[in-house]
Amino acid sequence: MEKFVRLEGIVAPLDRSNVDTDAIIPKQFLKSIQRSGFGGNLFDEWRYEDVGEPGMDNSQRPVKPEFVLNQPPYQGATILLTRRNFGCGSSREHAPWALADFGFRALVAESFADIFYSNCFKNGILPLTLPAAQIDELFAAVEATPGYRLTIDLAAQRVRRADGEELPFAVDAFRKECLLNGWDDIGLTLRQADRIRAFEEKRRSEQPWLFA
Amino acid sequence: MPQTLYDKLWQDHVVHEEADGTALIYIDRHLVHEVTSPQAFEGLRLAGRKPWRASSIVATADHNTPTSDWDRGIPDPVSRLQVETLDANIREFGALVYLPFRDPGQGIVHVIGPESGATLPGMTVVCGDSHTSTHGAFGCLAQGIGTSEVEHVLATQCLLQKKSKNMLVRVDGVLGAGVTAKDLALAIIGRIGTAGGTGYAIEFAGSAVRSLSMEGRMTLCNMAIEAGARTGLVAVDEITLDYLRGRPLAPSGADWDRAVVAWQRLHSDQGASFDRVVELSASAIKPQVTWGTSPEMVVSVDGRVPDPAAEADPARREAIERALRYMDLKAAQPVSEIWVDKVFIGSCTNSRIEDLRAAAAVVRGRKVAPSIRLAMVVPGSGRVKQQAEREGLDAVFRDAGFAWREPGCSMCLAMNADRLEAGERCASTSNRNFEGRQGAGGRTHLVSPEMAAAAAIAGHFVDVREWLGQEK
Ligand code: SF4
Repeated sequence: MEKFVRLEGIVAPLDRSNVDTDAIIPKQFLKSIQRSGFGGNLFDEWRYEDVGEPGMDNSQRPVKPEFVLNQPPYQGATILLTRRNFGCGSSREHAPWALADFGFRALVAESFADIFYSNCFKNGILPLTLPAAQIDELFAAVEATPGYRLTIDLAAQRVRRADGEELPFAVDAFRKECLLNGWDDIGLTLRQADRIRAFEEKRRSEQPWLFA
Repeated sequence: MPQTLYDKLWQDHVVHEEADGTALIYIDRHLVHEVTSPQAFEGLRLAGRKPWRASSIVATADHNTPTSDWDRGIPDPVSRLQVETLDANIREFGALVYLPFRDPGQGIVHVIGPESGATLPGMTVVCGDSHTSTHGAFGCLAQGIGTSEVEHVLATQCLLQKKSKNMLVRVDGVLGAGVTAKDLALAIIGRIGTAGGTGYAIEFAGSAVRSLSMEGRMTLCNMAIEAGARTGLVAVDEITLDYLRGRPLAPSGADWDRAVVAWQRLHSDQGASFDRVVELSASAIKPQVTWGTSPEMVVSVDGRVPDPAAEADPARREAIERALRYMDLKAAQPVSEIWVDKVFIGSCTNSRIEDLRAAAAVVRGRKVAPSIRLAMVVPGSGRVKQQAEREGLDAVFRDAGFAWREPGCSMCLAMNADRLEAGERCASTSNRNFEGRQGAGGRTHLVSPEMAAAAAIAGHFVDVREWLGQEK
């Protein structure tokens, strides 16, 4: 997994709550058996005029100019700013894959849905939450300054605004370590193999029907 | 100290805990389907790993499979490749049970788990699918996971996570005739919102929940994720045991007796404390219909679509306006004046035998309205389909003008050929009314099987309670 230590980048504002993973990556693209190649279809129904299908050449499709990611100031954005309950609905990890493939490395929101939130950490994306008032301020700042940038320092757990103001954020110690180091958590867990085996044997002897 | 059911299930599965509370949780049952597993198996292969315990795996193909003309296979080559990839992965890595495309037992993963007895009380159950919460109806800790976590469970038989908070949703009283577990689920989501359960495991309790059948409890827990909770739970009781007795993978003989003793403690203790408690009165709940593009956008069938002008909060007002635009509804329009084009009875929320019986009771002797383009019934599994056919329910539906299909996810998410065309409006027994969920530009109204059946007959939403006792 790619490390996440510090990120300085353009912020794209997606001003709505309850953005679901069906919107982030529609179902027809879930037929892929790959982990990559989803970026061109991120937010497909909001981004393009036509209905996308796997295998289309996205560069030839008509885009909706009003959609934020189609607007010039946000080209190359690496930080997505949004509202409440981002990533709700389906557990599809294709959603963080599409966001990462598009170029997003950090998501800033008031809150995230549980499964989506953990999926992000497995893919080198930092989803961070800030209080509603700070999110409001950031939306105002992005609107006032096209191409607005933020710096995110994971080690210090701080978002730095262009005006120098610092916004602290919380993150689990374990998840933070994994992101900072780019650790594969399967490797980490397998270091506990003896413990898992012992637990499993005890369980098998006490409740054999679970192992039928 | 008194414990909640969730506390007990959690504690029973902790292998190890880190200083920050991140725990390694042992997984008893791993359900697998074709959409969220290929990258996980590929990751395993690339790392030279093997499944830790292949006998924990129960797999099926459900999302991509067609619901008609099975003799023609899977026409869409991209879908076919995904299903064949699952075939190949199971062949290579093994499983306790595999129900491939066209197997008589094939079906939606959340329907076949319980009906085969693969889901048992006290287990941890995971699947790369958010509606894994369904299985919590059996007093087990069931949750949806992402594909990286699928790979993690395959490789280590464990999940890394932090404990959730406890929420109790207590529903006392009696649900009225024509009011179902689906209406209860929608009413709860309407109350707490789609993020209301985020960070919680929700236990459903109270006399109204106790008197639900297992099918009803599954419908309720299925929709816990729509309230934001990864996990929904119902305590084990006689109804649970009656359902499980004799299922193919359930214990039998002396093991059954021992299991029953172990399962007796799978309830929240007297005085256990919950971080949040929500109470509803069952008798106040009416049949529900969603009007918008999120399950929390829901009203009673005798109500009206909201009027954004009446909403003071600008962000909420805008969300209502956007949803009304997408759904092509007028502010304050009565729900009973919403006409639909298609009707879908199916999905892991409402495709079990009890759901089909309830819908058939409404349909019997009546005809689908001529304005309906397609009304379809998609049983949740091969077993459900066979049972329904033994009871003659297929004939009831066919005679009325419904299409009777092969099992699968079908138009719940429209990965196969079953879908809404842009602008089409559907009365659906599924669980998500998101924009485009049932087909790009499609408009979904979530309802119970009875309400969907009645909408098919009338052509628009009607209060199914008015039809009770008026058998044709
Ligand atoms: S029926 Fe729908 S919600 Fe259930 S598993 Fe299939 S696609 Fe998901």
